[in-house]
Amino acid sequence: MNMEPRTLETKAEAALAEAYETMRDSLPGGAGVAKLRTKAFDAFRAAGLPHRRVEEWKYSDLRARLKDVPAFAARRSEADAKAVLASAGEAYASVERYRLVIVDGHYHPELSDVAALAADGVTVRPFAEALAADGDALLDLPAVARDDAAVGLNAIFCADGLDLAIADNTKLTKPVEIVHVSGAEAASTGERVLIRAGEKSEAVILQTFVGGGEGTFSNTLTDIRAGKGAGLTVARLQAEASGTTHVATATLTLAEEAHAKLICAGIGSGFARHQSFVAFDGENARADLLGITMVRDRQHVDQTLVVDHAVPHCESREIFKTVVDDGAKGVFQGKIIVRPHAQKTDGQMMTQSLLLSENADMSLKPELEIFADDVQCAHGATSGQIDEDLLFYLRARGIPEKEARTLLVLAFLSEAVEEINDEIVIEAFEGRIKDWLSTEE
Amino acid sequence: MPAVQETIDRVRSIDVDQYKYGFSTDIESDKAPKGLNEDIIRFISAKKNEPEWMLEWRLDAYKRWLTMTEPTWARVEYPKIDFNDIYYYSAPKSTPGPKSLDEVDPELLATYEKLGIPLREQEILAGVEPKNRVAVDAVFDSVSVVTTFKEELKKAGVIFCSISEALQEHPELVKKYIGSVVPVTDNYYATLNSAVFTDGSFVYIPEGVRCPMELSTYFRINEQNTGQFERTLIIAEKGSYVSYLEGCTAPQRDENQLHAAVVELIALDDAEIKYSTVQNWYPGDSEGKGGIYNFVTKRGDCRGKNSKISWTQVETGSAITWKYPSCILRGDNSRGEFYSIAVSNGRQQIDSGTKMMHLGKNTSSRIISKGISAGKSQNTYRGLVSAHRKASNARNFTQCDSLLIGQDCGAHTVPYIDSKNATAVFEHEATTSKISDDQMFYCQQRGLSDEEAVALIVNGFVKDVIQQLPMEFAVEAQKLISISLEGSVG
Repeated sequence: MNMEPRTLETKAEAALAEAYETMRDSLPGGAGVAKLRTKAFDAFRAAGLPHRRVEEWKYSDLRARLKDVPAFAARRSEADAKAVLASAGEAYASVERYRLVIVDGHYHPELSDVAALAADGVTVRPFAEALAADGDALLDLPAVARDDAAVGLNAIFCADGLDLAIADNTKLTKPVEIVHVSGAEAASTGERVLIRAGEKSEAVILQTFVGGGEGTFSNTLTDIRAGKGAGLTVARLQAEASGTTHVATATLTLAEEAHAKLICAGIGSGFARHQSFVAFDGENARADLLGITMVRDRQHVDQTLVVDHAVPHCESREIFKTVVDDGAKGVFQGKIIVRPHAQKTDGQMMTQSLLLSENADMSLKPELEIFADDVQCAHGATSGQIDEDLLFYLRARGIPEKEARTLLVLAFLSEAVEEINDEIVIEAFEGRIKDWLSTEE
Repeated sequence: MPAVQETIDRVRSIDVDQYKYGFSTDIESDKAPKGLNEDIIRFISAKKNEPEWMLEWRLDAYKRWLTMTEPTWARVEYPKIDFNDIYYYSAPKSTPGPKSLDEVDPELLATYEKLGIPLREQEILAGVEPKNRVAVDAVFDSVSVVTTFKEELKKAGVIFCSISEALQEHPELVKKYIGSVVPVTDNYYATLNSAVFTDGSFVYIPEGVRCPMELSTYFRINEQNTGQFERTLIIAEKGSYVSYLEGCTAPQRDENQLHAAVVELIALDDAEIKYSTVQNWYPGDSEGKGGIYNFVTKRGDCRGKNSKISWTQVETGSAITWKYPSCILRGDNSRGEFYSIAVSNGRQQIDSGTKMMHLGKNTSSRIISKGISAGKSQNTYRGLVSAHRKASNARNFTQCDSLLIGQDCGAHTVPYIDSKNATAVFEHEATTSKISDDQMFYCQQRGLSDEEAVALIVNGFVKDVIQQLPMEFAVEAQKLISISLEGSVG
């Protein structure tokens, strides 16, 4: 990281520092946790918010984006929280599912299906309670994520959220939805969610990020740990209001023979950074990362991922598709690291972007960092517009231009969508994609 | 005697004299005092009898350089360079060289044989095919020793001489173009070079002329504790064509020596420049002791419509390579190409790649990069492809493949792709793998030894790039690759 001499503190940085000073004593966790927070805060004081001179944040200058940071949201009453939840609309309304609700960064057990989950082998604890019980070990993240600025910021402020543990050999028949919803008033949130899938367990987790208003700043972290032989799908859908600044980190640690699928659809928010850090902890594990990004107007949406192959015989697949319209900006940064002795690693990364308008802007940075010789790694990256020949072909068959374009965009995204391989998620995502395309003027 | 031979012999001969007295003797050269300050710059400028503006230009660059810091973003590691512990000027005292092969150091001849260039082969090549003549500018430490075929080139209107000579005879051309592609303030090493550059080649191809022969510069660092800072400027006027080759070597020493060059290419309307490099500086020993730091800024400007610049490089030498030959595709319909083979062994570190900046309409570029790492080396491809808002219909195809040989090396790919124009179509693909057991088995089954099999597979792997090289270089490059991989199997 390029450590520049610190420039003047911005208003947002001052607000964050002040927020920490006031909240410090009320933040949950024992002495070990407090020490971690202080360390992260010192790092924040030294480096400030990430900006374009920080290589990992080169394309998404958070310091420039955040003019100010509103105060962290307080917990709402049950009725109030219910109202916010109702106003946000549901992404999976017709799906039979367990639901866990987080409003403005605060977990509301009274609105969640805790008992039903417990009956089926899933324990859900409020984050503060888990922190009190498990101590600072709970905050431990894979090495590859530790130095990130947003991860550090979450460590400072994480006060609420939940800890979801799926018992060994539990196979859930219904998906679990975790709804992250924010009210329309400007507020900051910084919850943390832990998902721990036990040995040979199977589950589908749906995370939805909705609501928010002008000036909302959220910096969430989801720590996913897939146990030995577990089969886990985590599908994240971000459809926040256009005025929000959304920073969301997902870390995924895979034990031996685990197979996890991490899907991220970024459609909403004015400035969104979705980052995923994947660490292989046991051999013969496999991770699939899928991304669908659709941006328009003045939106800026970033998908960043780092896949760390630290052990031999693991496999990773990344497919990321981006559609950019109007004067929006899309960003993809993907890095595959193969550590020394992580032999027989198989890593394939594909990223493709479709630019729909003249002013659309796309930046791609697919990286390979390889220190072992007996590996198969590849990445591909493309950027372009809709093929006029294909358009002509469809129009020659009587399909109106608008419809033909929609069809071609859908076809472009389908490679990533099909890989999801879960009917519920595919249906929900396709609905979103079609909505997005039909509102195009 | 063919020109290539003659020139190589001439350069060698100086080397031979040096060798006779041992490497520690420096009576053969004329040096400026160690260190860097304004006086040294004045000394260099005076030595070359430069016009006043050139001195001012150098001093401005030096002042700017003092305010800059060394770049740290590349994936290379080395102890901090003491810029005051270098001789910035070192020139051999002219001595007429031996005329025949027998007088060349047999050690050198043996080396050449091992490199796969039996000097005979070149003679034959040049003899059989008169079109394959190559004009050579030989740069030895800080000065150009000789330039061949000058008269014949002059008849065609081509100017090919050392940059010091160009400053005397064509100052207006130098003044017009120097620093126009790589500005003085471009980066740390380019700025340093602007302040202290001592020599290099100057090429000017007039309108409509197809240069009658290949031009080439042969760089040699010989003196201890010196840095080589050369500056090459090639201008191709409307509708002209030139193919230029560059070769470099340095003797084996325990110290690290700095080579910070700047190369600027300018192609005007319909002009084409083909620039090929075979870089074989001393890479240091297997423990990483010694070797050249090759920190080079190379950039071509496709200034005119339908112009084309093509970079081809074979990188096998240097302890550290930090080099990104780039193309600014300014003219409409201009085209940039980059073909590279980077081979690292021992403890070499390579951070190399290219930048293709699409500014004009209908511009296209192609990048083929093949990295081969062996031993304990690190090999990084770092590249940028960008399309400006107005670069409609820009096209790029990038392919960078890495091959790893052995467990302790690393291969990295860091491409940046920025598209600000919807009609721009960019494609990038990269792969990393090792030589598969199946391929080895297939070759061995047919009676090839391990080393032969590796050489065969590697040559197949880099074929795309080798094909782009002028014939003389292709032979050399192929052999170079097999030699620098020697002993990396098993």
